[in-house]
Amino acid sequence: MDTVADNISLKEKFEKQFEEHKKDLFSRDTKTVAEYRTKGFESFRQMGFPHKRMENWRNTDLSKVLDMDYNQNLIPAQEEVDVQDLFECKVHDFDTEISSLLNGWYVYSDAPLRKLPDGTILGSLAKAMEEYPELVDRYYGKAFKLEQNGFTAMNTAFAQDGVFIYVPDNVKVAKPIQMINIINKNENIFIQNRNLVILGRNAELSLVHCDDSINHHVSFTNSLTEAIVKENAKLDHYKLQNLNNNSTLINSSFFDLEKDSRLTTNAISLNGGLIRNNIHVSLNGENGAADIFGVFLMDRDQHVDNQVFVDHKVPNCYSNELFKGILDDQASGVFNGHIMVRRDAQKTNAYQNNKNLLLTDDAKMHTKPFLEIYADDVKCSHGATVGQLDDDAMFYLKARGINADKARVLLMYAFAAEVIQKITIEPLRIRIDDMVKRRLRGELSVCEKCVLHCSEPEKEIQFDIDLSKI
Amino acid sequence: MLLNIKNLHIEIEGKEIIKGLNLGINKGEIHAIMGPNGTGKSTLAYAIAGREGYEITKGEIIYKGENILDWEPDKRANEGIFMGFQYPVEIPGVSMTNFMRTALNAKREYRNEEPLTGKEFLAKMEEKKKLVEIHSKLTSRSVNEGFSGGEKKKNEIFQMALLEPTLAVLDETDSGLDIDALKIVANGVNMMKNENNAFLIITHYQRLLNYIVPDFVHVLYDGKIVKSGGKKLAEQLEEHGYEWIKEEFERVS
Amino acid sequence: MSEDEQILDKITQSDYKYGFTTNIETETAPIGLNEDTIKFISAKKEEPEWMLEWRLKAYRHWLTMKEPEWAHVKYPKVDFQDIYYYAAPKKKKQLKSLDEVDPELLDTFNKLGISLEEQKKLAGVAVDAVVDSVSVKTTFQKTLEKHGIIFSSMSEAIKKHPDLVKKYLGTVVPYSDNFYATLNSAVFSDGSFVFVPKGVRCPIELSTYFRINAAKTGQFERTLIIAEEGSYVSYLEGCTAPMRDENQLHAAVVEIVALDDAEVKYSTVQNWYPGDKEGKGGIYNFVTKRGACRGKNSKISWTQVETGSAVTWKYPSVMLMGDNSVGEFYSVAVTNNHQQADTGTKMVHVGKNTRSTIISKGISAGFSNNSYRGLVKVTKRAENARNFSQCDSLLLGDKCGAHTFPYIDTDNKSAIVEHEATTSKISDDQLFYLNQRGIDTEDAIGLIVNGYAKDVIKQLPMEFAVEAQKLLQITLEGSVG
Repeated sequence: MDTVADNISLKEKFEKQFEEHKKDLFSRDTKTVAEYRTKGFESFRQMGFPHKRMENWRNTDLSKVLDMDYNQNLIPAQEEVDVQDLFECKVHDFDTEISSLLNGWYVYSDAPLRKLPDGTILGSLAKAMEEYPELVDRYYGKAFKLEQNGFTAMNTAFAQDGVFIYVPDNVKVAKPIQMINIINKNENIFIQNRNLVILGRNAELSLVHCDDSINHHVSFTNSLTEAIVKENAKLDHYKLQNLNNNSTLINSSFFDLEKDSRLTTNAISLNGGLIRNNIHVSLNGENGAADIFGVFLMDRDQHVDNQVFVDHKVPNCYSNELFKGILDDQASGVFNGHIMVRRDAQKTNAYQNNKNLLLTDDAKMHTKPFLEIYADDVKCSHGATVGQLDDDAMFYLKARGINADKARVLLMYAFAAEVIQKITIEPLRIRIDDMVKRRLRGELSVCEKCVLHCSEPEKEIQFDIDLSKI
Repeated sequence: MLLNIKNLHIEIEGKEIIKGLNLGINKGEIHAIMGPNGTGKSTLAYAIAGREGYEITKGEIIYKGENILDWEPDKRANEGIFMGFQYPVEIPGVSMTNFMRTALNAKREYRNEEPLTGKEFLAKMEEKKKLVEIHSKLTSRSVNEGFSGGEKKKNEIFQMALLEPTLAVLDETDSGLDIDALKIVANGVNMMKNENNAFLIITHYQRLLNYIVPDFVHVLYDGKIVKSGGKKLAEQLEEHGYEWIKEEFERVS
Repeated sequence: MSEDEQILDKITQSDYKYGFTTNIETETAPIGLNEDTIKFISAKKEEPEWMLEWRLKAYRHWLTMKEPEWAHVKYPKVDFQDIYYYAAPKKKKQLKSLDEVDPELLDTFNKLGISLEEQKKLAGVAVDAVVDSVSVKTTFQKTLEKHGIIFSSMSEAIKKHPDLVKKYLGTVVPYSDNFYATLNSAVFSDGSFVFVPKGVRCPIELSTYFRINAAKTGQFERTLIIAEEGSYVSYLEGCTAPMRDENQLHAAVVEIVALDDAEVKYSTVQNWYPGDKEGKGGIYNFVTKRGACRGKNSKISWTQVETGSAVTWKYPSVMLMGDNSVGEFYSVAVTNNHQQADTGTKMVHVGKNTRSTIISKGISAGFSNNSYRGLVKVTKRAENARNFSQCDSLLLGDKCGAHTFPYIDTDNKSAIVEHEATTSKISDDQLFYLNQRGIDTEDAIGLIVNGYAKDVIKQLPMEFAVEAQKLLQITLEGSVG
C-alpha cells in the first residue's frame, strides 16, 4: 500500500491533535477500545488519507475536500439539547425509537443509555463503554483490519461516541430504531462517530440510519458502523443520505453475518456533496443471506461512490446486490462491487447488478462489478449497464399521448422504483417514493434541505398508466 | 435372459428407495413399469444406466449374463443400454449432429469398427429423422437447448433410433406429450422392436400403452414390484387408480 | 472420490508431454541489458540510425519505470540482467525423417490434423526440394506483390520500407506505453510487417503458410500491420502445435492501424510451454496488443485462443477513433495445473457511433487462476457508443479460480454499455447424459468445453478453428486417450 499521503497538512494537524488530546480521547475507553485506538492511530499515521493513485480511490478525488481546514470536535459540548428543536422527522406515521448524534456526540432528552421494555439497550457508545464494558469489548473492532483503510484506522483513533444498540437473544424489536446524525456547526467540522450494533441469536431489528445536515456549512463525516448479526437473527437496515452540497460523507458499514442470519441493507443517496459508502458484508456462517441494495440520484457537482465487498467464506450462503443510479448535470458516480467466493464456499449463490442512467453528457459513471471465485460449485453472475432511457419505451408512452417530459419522468421513476419497492417499512417507502418522484420532476434539486423534513404534507402523485406494463 | 434384476436394494443419500426388486426381461419383450409417483420408478432407470449416487446395497443387475454394477455408464451404453430421460439436460454450444456422431462413433470404436465418415453419418441421420418425424432444424441446434418439452422427448426417441440399443429404458417418455407426439414416440418404439431387443417402459399413465402393447405390466410400489400381469393390468389401473393396489399391499404386509 | 472427480484429477494433473526443444546454435549478445546491448542488436540487424535512437530512447525511459503489479498473477520476478537479448538462429539441427521425431509429438500433430509436410518442418525434419516451403512461400509472395501487399519480417521492412515503418511504428503503442512494451521497443528482435494498400482485399490468410517461421521470431516480437483505406486483411499468429522455448519472458508488441473503411482481423492461437504440473518453468507471456481504428467505418477484430504459458498478461485492445468504427474481442483462455492468466481487452470509444463487442470464455482447471480484465471507456465526445460484453467462466475442479474484473467508464449520456457474466461448472447431469450415450467422461468434457467456447471458435478462419477445437480438448485431456 502506498504510504505517501497527499494532504500532509491536515494529516499533521490531526496527528498533533491526537497527541494534545490524548487524555480526553482515552478518557472513556475500555481496555480493548484503548488498545484499538492506539493501533488505529499508528495505522493512520502510516497510511494517511487515501488518494487517487490507490486502485479503490481511482475515481473519487478527495484532494479538494481534504485541502480545506477542519476542526475536530474532540470534547463534547456540555449542553442539554432537545433534538426535537433541531430536527423533526416528518415521515408520516413513522413511529421509531430515536437515537441522535449532534456533530458526532450523542444527544438525548432523558438518559444517555436506555433500556427498552424488551431488554434492548440503546444509547451512547461512550456511555455503553462505562456501563457494559464487557459487551463493547467482545464486539468492538473485530469486523475489519485497521491497516486496510486510512479512514477506518482514523475513525478508530479518533471516534469517541456514537450509537450503541444491543438486542438480546430472541428479542424482536417492535419499532424501528432510527439513528440520526445531525450536523449544525457553523465552522468547518470533521466528525468521526462510531456505531456498534449487536443482534443476539434469533433477534430482529429494523434500523434506519439518517445523515442530515441542517445548515450549509462545510463538513466532513467519517462514520463507521459495525453490525454483528448472530445466528438466525435478522437485520433490516436503511441508510438515508441527505446532506448539503458542501458536505463529505465517508460511511463505512461492516456487517458480520453468522449462521442462518439475514441482512437487508439499502443505501439511499438523495443529496450530498461527496458520498462514499463502504459496505462490507462477511458471510461467516452457513445459510447466511444478504440483500444489498442501493439507489442514488445525484445532480449538480455531487459525487457518489458505492463500494461493496461481499465475502463468501462458508458454503451455502446467498448474496444479491442491486444498485441503481441516475446521474444528472455534472454529477459523477462510482460502483465497485466485489464478490469474493472463497475456496470452501461451495453452493454459493451470489448475484450482482449495477444499472445506471446518465441524463447529460457531463455526467459520468464508473462501474466495476468484480467477481473473484475460488469454488467450483457456485452460481454467480454479475451485470452492469450504463445507458439512457429506452427509446422503444419512450415511443410507447408517447404513442399513448404522454408528452416527452412526463414520459421521461415516468421511465426514470420506473427505473428507480425497483430498489425503492424493496423498502419494507411502509411509511418510509411511501415517503422515499414521494421524494424520488419529486426529485425526478426537479422539485427537490432546488431544495437543499432534508428530504425527510422539508416538505409540505404528502401529495399523491398520479401516474396515468400502469408502470408494470412498460 | 437379457436383463435379470435380483433382489435389488438401492439407497440415495442413505435412504432406501428400492427395497428388494426382482425383474427379468427377455429379448423381444416389452415390459411396462407403472406405479404412483415417488415409488422409485426413475431410481430403477438410473440404476440400470449406472448413475452415480444411486447406491446398490444389495442384489445384482445381470445384463447379457454379466453383473454390470461395476460398469461405467458409457460402457453400459456401448453394450446397448439406452436410457430415455424424463428431463433431458441442455448442453449449450454442442450441436446435435456433433453429439450423435461422437456417440455413434464411440459405440463403433467400442466394437472395433471403423468410425462413420461424415457422409455416412449424415445419411444415417436423415434416415432416422424420418422415423421420428423430427425436423431438420432440430439437429442443427445445440443439444436440447431451447427445445420444447415435446421436442426433447422426440429427440430422445431419435437418439434411440440412431444408437439402436439392445435394451431401451424409457423413463416417463410420455409425460407432457400431446397426442401427436405420443404417437410418434410409440411409433418409434414399435418400428424398432424386434426379436433381438427389449424395452422397459416406465410410465405413470396407461395412455402410452394404448399405442405400445406391452407383454408384461408390473406395478412398482414402495420400492418393490407388488403386482405383475399382462396388458389387462394396465387397463385395470387406469380404471381404478392405484388405491386398490396400495390397499392390497398394506393388507398383505 | 467419485469417478468423474478422478478423471478430472487425472486430466488436470496430466503432463505437458509435447513440449520440445531444438538445439539452435546461436550467436548471442552478452548477457544482460545496457545501452551496449541495444547498440549490438541494432548493429547486428544493420538498422538505420533513427531506429537505434528510438530503441535507446525507449531503453532510457524503461529505466525509470516500475514493473506493474496490478494483475491477478503471482510469479517470481524476472531478473532483466539475466537474459540474453539477442540470439540469432544460425542453423538448426536437422532430423533425417519423421521416424526420429518423438512419437508422442507426432501423435499430437496428428490429433491437430497438421499436414505431413508441416509436421516435418515443425519437428525440424529436412524437407526435400519438391515440397520445400520456401518455394511455396515464393508463390504466395508473388501473389501478394501483385496486389501491392507487403508482408515481410520487421527487420526487412526497416531496411526496405523505412518510411512506412517510421510513419507508423510506435504510433499505436508508444515506446513509453508500459513496462513490457517499452522493454520491447528497446530490444525487439523481429516480427512481422504487413502493409495492405488502399482498396486491396488480401486474398489469403496471412501467415497460414508461414506459421512455422512466424513461430520462431523470438521472445521480443514486434508486429506492425497497416491497412490503408478500404483494404482488408486477416492475419494469423501462432501455432496450435506446442511450442517450447527456453526464453522464460516473452514481451511482444503488436500494433494495428486501420484507416477509413479498412478491416483487420487478427487471430492468435497461443500454446507456449505452460510449465510442469507443479508449476515449475513455463513462459511468462506479457504482451501488448493494440489496434487503432483511425479511419471512419474501420474495423479491428481480435480473436484469441490461449492455452499455453505459465503466466499470461495480455489485453488486445482497440482505440475506436474514427466515426462508426467497430472493435471486437473474442477470447477463449484455458488454464490448467498452475497456469495463471490475466487477460481481456480495452475498448476505448472516441469517435461517434462506435461499437464494440467483447466475448470472453475462461476455462480453469487444476490449481490455475483465470482472470478476465477489461475496460470499456466511452469518452465525452463518443456519441452513441455501444458496447456489449459477455464474460463467462467455467470451472473444472474445486482448486482453481475464475475471476472477472470489468471496468466500465462512461462519460457520455448517449452510450449504452452492457456487461453480463456467469460462472458455472460442468453439471453432473450433462456428463451423465453424454456418458449414457456411450461417450466417455474425457470426450464428454471435451465436447462440453468446445460447445462452451463455440462463439469464439467460430470467429477463427476455418482451418484454424478445427485445430483450435482439438487443441482445447488436448489441453484439458493431456496424454489420456
